[in-house]
Amino acid sequence: MKISYREAMRQAMHEALAGDPRVFLMGEDVGRYGGTYAVSKGFIEEFGPERIRDTPLSELGFVGAGIGAALGGMRPIVEVMTVNFSLLALDQIVNTAAVLRHMSGGQFSVPLVVRMATGAGRQLAAQHSHSLENWYAHIPGIRVLAPATIGDARGMLAPALADPDPVIIFEHAQLYNLEGELPDDWQCDIARAAVRREGSQVSVFAYGGCLPKAMQAAAELADAGIDAEVVDLRVLRPLDTETIAASVRKTHRAVVVDEGWKSGSLAAEVIARIVEDCFYDLDAPPVRVCSAEVPIPYARHMEEAALPQPAKIVAAVKEMLDA
Amino acid sequence: MLEFKLPSIGSDMDEGKLLEWKIKPGDRVKKGQVVAIVDTSKAAVDVEIWFDGTVHELLIEPGATIPVGTVLATLLAPGEKAGAPAVAAPPAGRRKISPAARKHAEALGVDVDTLAGSGPGGAVMLADVDAAAAQRSLAKPAAPSDRQAEMRKAIAAAMSRSKREIPHYYLAEAIAMERAQAWLSEANAGRPITGRLLMAAFQLKAVALALQKYPEMNGFFRDGAFQPVAAAHIGVAISMRQGGLIAPAIHDVGEKSLDEVMRDLADLVKRARAGSLKSSEMSDPTITVTNLGDQGVEAVYGVIYPPQVALVGFGRIAPRPWVDAAGGLSVAPVLTASLAADHRVSDGHRGALFLAELRDWLQQPEKL
Repeated sequence: MKISYREAMRQAMHEALAGDPRVFLMGEDVGRYGGTYAVSKGFIEEFGPERIRDTPLSELGFVGAGIGAALGGMRPIVEVMTVNFSLLALDQIVNTAAVLRHMSGGQFSVPLVVRMATGAGRQLAAQHSHSLENWYAHIPGIRVLAPATIGDARGMLAPALADPDPVIIFEHAQLYNLEGELPDDWQCDIARAAVRREGSQVSVFAYGGCLPKAMQAAAELADAGIDAEVVDLRVLRPLDTETIAASVRKTHRAVVVDEGWKSGSLAAEVIARIVEDCFYDLDAPPVRVCSAEVPIPYARHMEEAALPQPAKIVAAVKEMLDA
Repeated sequence: MLEFKLPSIGSDMDEGKLLEWKIKPGDRVKKGQVVAIVDTSKAAVDVEIWFDGTVHELLIEPGATIPVGTVLATLLAPGEKAGAPAVAAPPAGRRKISPAARKHAEALGVDVDTLAGSGPGGAVMLADVDAAAAQRSLAKPAAPSDRQAEMRKAIAAAMSRSKREIPHYYLAEAIAMERAQAWLSEANAGRPITGRLLMAAFQLKAVALALQKYPEMNGFFRDGAFQPVAAAHIGVAISMRQGGLIAPAIHDVGEKSLDEVMRDLADLVKRARAGSLKSSEMSDPTITVTNLGDQGVEAVYGVIYPPQVALVGFGRIAPRPWVDAAGGLSVAPVLTASLAADHRVSDGHRGALFLAELRDWLQQPEKL
């Protein structure tokens, strides 16, 4: 059955709400409006305002309330509209949720799921176009997920809710309208990266909104006779170094695609691990395809130019192969 | 700091195998001293050094095969202190060799430094190592020391090059050897067998003296121009017992007495067959003399050994009818001397005059 990424995520939440009375959804406009990205449309009618809670415009406040509810035995899904606004809740996430288990000597756990949209590409200008996944992936004590496929959108929420520690799920805003078959085996782990396309000449690593771009680039490269492997990082923290290294050992070349800025990026971390683990397997210097180091522009052509695009990935691979 | 490089010991040599060092760090060496033994495709050769100094470091291990021009050792110039800062230019930058290629090459036993890189910026890639390994497995496994085959190959290369590049012209002259033989018999009469002069020494000396008047037969043709050499370092073609030949030089034949030439010739033949020639003897010949008289042929028209520009051939000395200057007919010992010369450097006219000069010298044994 063909469904959208949005619908897959909606099904996952519906299943969680229907299956576990401890689960509730909280966030800005999730109730009466049905969610900014319409993921929770119809939920308030079905589950009522006790479990589908509209919050004031205070990320600091409602993320903190979510942490409290989790400590109290609930399984909250807190929707922060976008990563841009999550900066206001950084103190709650980084300084409270991520460290409570450690600081309580293991007495408290925070089984919280925070969902947020991320990424650029829709002409929303610099303040609404951030890709700050790497900021969260830096923090011990939380797990960071980036579902990039219909299957992962459907399958990642359940194990995230089952995790006794905080999990952040990044949903790239450009993926919601993605349509595709929901695979039968959509149930998944939240530990391993996934090889989305097998290849032999170069490994292209991507996550979230960049995965479809990497897949498109790989298809174009195949037309040019270049056999590229595409690896979906999926779990940004903790990174699945094993799968990453296995791919590089096979292809001997790595291109990492990341919508974040190059400096201090997740791509930088991936490459550091490749060099640490696979230095003697590399047949070319690893390459990053990241966003231009500017605030993301508003003008469409400039925004497109600033972001990783399939053509840039193709060009990077060809340069690496001298093709 | 001085660099001692592997010299080209003959124009057909591109590489050599270092067999043995005759020096060690700290040794003081003198110009002309034999410092190493190097195996060329033709022979094991004693390599001399051409400057004075103190050995600083031996850079190549015996057993290694290295191209001509490779720095074999560094030496301190006389007066230079060991601790003096090295004046060597900084390396032109590390070659680009991918880590994977380097590791793979090590596993396959491929020398990455000999590989051309096909990657971006000339980087050596995995594919280059695989290609080299495939190439190597295609190539016949080299017989460990098939000296004869190697020598045949070297001769083939030099002779092919000669016939490809050098427009030869050939001249011959019959020379009465009555006086020379008589003089030689007389000179040898009072000598012990080991001290006797051979006609070959006599001929070499005559060639050297004739060259003084016709310098365009003596030297090298290099980079499109003739480079004459004042001294006559005559290469003597010596056939090897196992086949093939070698033509090391007797130096400064024109300056030496007949006795000295004879002694040098005997020594050279002995050492050539024993395989202990010096590098300068291999690289210095300015002209070659070949003598096939012993094999019974009347005349020999040789192929010039590049980059030399001439080769003098002598056949056997045999009794033949001879018309002397007065028109009288007699039977006389006659030698056919031939000249193969490079037409880029000299013309038949000069070649003919050279042969005539050679003939005249052979008529004046007492002046030799």
